[in-house]
Amino acid sequence: MTEIFVLAEHRQGQILDITYEVLTKGKEIAEKTNAKLAVLILGKDVKEKAKTLPEYVNRVLVVEDFKLENFNSDAWIKILSNIIMEQMPLLTMMGHTSYGMECAPRLAASLGIPIATDCIDLDFEDENLVVMRQMYGGKVNVRAILKKAKSYMVTVRPGVFIARKPKIPFNGEVIEKQSLLTEEVTTKRFVEYVFPPPGEVDITVAEKLVGIGRGIKDQANMPMMEEFAKAIGAVLASTRPVIDKGWLPSDRQVGSSGKTVKPKLYFAVGISGAFQHILGMKNSDLIITINKDPKAPIFNFSDYGIVEDLFKIVPELTKRINELKG
Amino acid sequence: MDIIVCVKHVPETAEAELKISANGKTIEKTGLVFNINEWDNYAVEEAVRIKEKFGGTVTVITVGTEDSDYTIRRCLAHGADNAIRLTDPRFEGSDGYAIAKILYSIIRNLHYDLILTGSQAGDDGYSMVGPTIAEMLNIPHVVLVKKIELEAGIARVHRELEGGFEEVVEVKLPALLAVQTGINEPRYVSITSIRRAMQKEIKVMSLADTGLSENEVGEAGSWLKIEKLHAPPVEKQIEFLKGNSEEVAAKIIKILRSRGLI
Ligand SMILES: Cc1cc2nc3c(=O)[nH]c(=O)nc-3n(C[C@H](O)[C@H](O)[C@H](O)COP(=O)(O)OP(=O)(O)OC[C@H]3O[C@@H](n4cnc5c(N)ncnc54)[C@H](O)[C@@H]3O)c2cc1C
Repeated sequence: MTEIFVLAEHRQGQILDITYEVLTKGKEIAEKTNAKLAVLILGKDVKEKAKTLPEYVNRVLVVEDFKLENFNSDAWIKILSNIIMEQMPLLTMMGHTSYGMECAPRLAASLGIPIATDCIDLDFEDENLVVMRQMYGGKVNVRAILKKAKSYMVTVRPGVFIARKPKIPFNGEVIEKQSLLTEEVTTKRFVEYVFPPPGEVDITVAEKLVGIGRGIKDQANMPMMEEFAKAIGAVLASTRPVIDKGWLPSDRQVGSSGKTVKPKLYFAVGISGAFQHILGMKNSDLIITINKDPKAPIFNFSDYGIVEDLFKIVPELTKRINELKG
Repeated sequence: MDIIVCVKHVPETAEAELKISANGKTIEKTGLVFNINEWDNYAVEEAVRIKEKFGGTVTVITVGTEDSDYTIRRCLAHGADNAIRLTDPRFEGSDGYAIAKILYSIIRNLHYDLILTGSQAGDDGYSMVGPTIAEMLNIPHVVLVKKIELEAGIARVHRELEGGFEEVVEVKLPALLAVQTGINEPRYVSITSIRRAMQKEIKVMSLADTGLSENEVGEAGSWLKIEKLHAPPVEKQIEFLKGNSEEVAAKIIKILRSRGLI
């Protein structure tokens, strides 16, 4: 029996959205290849959660073990490699997330099965696995083909596939698998979660945001951006490099490792549009972008674009709006 | 503490216009400015800081052509002690898996307490080389590392998760840590100090030194073969606002007003 495996991702008792996104794509591939679809869920006290999954798949494989209380890639990899070796699925899929990035490459190397990471699309063509990826921060799309093998692995970019419940529920079978973890994994140990301290401004509820990126070049230009944001009544948010440099507090970061925002207006200034950033802001009602590079990927997600030096446009715009306000 | 840092020489493409080459499989490299991969720069800084605190050595290692010497010199100027460049025409076309094999084949013969890599490379974005090397060396690894504290025989690290929070993980040494941006503030490396690092030796090694066969590297030794590059499709029908600064500003104001946003 050919089968497609999807690894369920969960944290603090919640199955994460990425699981359903990957399942949506997994279902499509399963239909096309005439394969069954299975979801794997590993952890402590996951049996209850597993009960929510049968409608998505033919089989739910549950590995319940108190030693899996917290995520530990070494333990996960041990268990997953046992299951993959035993079942030899055509394809194992997981998210290109902090979870997938930590597990998938190592798992593929240990099993000797071909992997493609951070895929934005994939398909079997004449028994070859063909994937779409991006390079150069989203400026180029790449079609690549994996070396022929019995089993493959992919990590899938979050936010690319829309999670959908199957129109006809699967009513899959729930199967408990032995974890085969004979002892506690001692190479690595989870200690605790760390939450960022709450900031003064919550960008997730602001109606208007001015998102600033590395294009603003220097901390000395921050006042210019603050003035602009103030003129249009917006709050400043930013990409990761601005946070890394310490020009704004970390709770102003928009994107996969920051916040997801959905304001009425997102004014993107000097931002290239790496997918990790796009993920956090693409659902804004109106996106206006200023970037001097006409090929910046962010333009592909914007409503209005201005190809120009931000240092020309921003002061001019600030001045005019302030004049209007009198 | 002996630390190995894997680095890569990559083109800066955020502001550059990219042209796909005639064979459709690569981009035109002429006219592009190359530098150290952003994530690796943080890894080198972290290694140098650890060395400054605990003593030991920092060795940088790369797979790349002679052009990569610019990045290696930069690392030596940054505070690295030793440098290795792996170069062979047969490495051409290697994917993340093949690159990991090449690096592993040399690293396995070196002494290390810690291996640092970047979380990903800005060009191909695989984010798989670090964990793959760790698997080959059979040492534990952690990716997306934002803080490293060393104690006897273990590293206590902060690992980034989605949505702005982190987990703390303890990992036994020797270990491989893939570093995320923002872990530190990399020091300024001046052109003069890079020039000064010209005197330092870069050990150049080739396929023969790796003990790998021709079939284990390059396209033959890779899992992924690039077929074609193309421009990404447009997601939203965008309207470009044209004109001089005043005209564009007036147009933006009109849009904002019509939507009641100002
Ligand atoms: C696991 C992981 C998680 C991540 N999480 C996030 C996240 O949550 N959020 C995030 O933002 N990033 C995140 N990143 C980083 C992301 O990959 C990019 O590196 C980042 O988004 C780039 O930020 P940027 O657009 O500001 O900078 P760059 O990519 O350097 O782009 C700068 C842009 O400014 C333009 N520009 C320069 N000068 C001017 C000028 N004078 N006028 C007009 N335009 C100008 C340039 O043309 C360019 O397009 C993450 C990365 C990883 C690996």
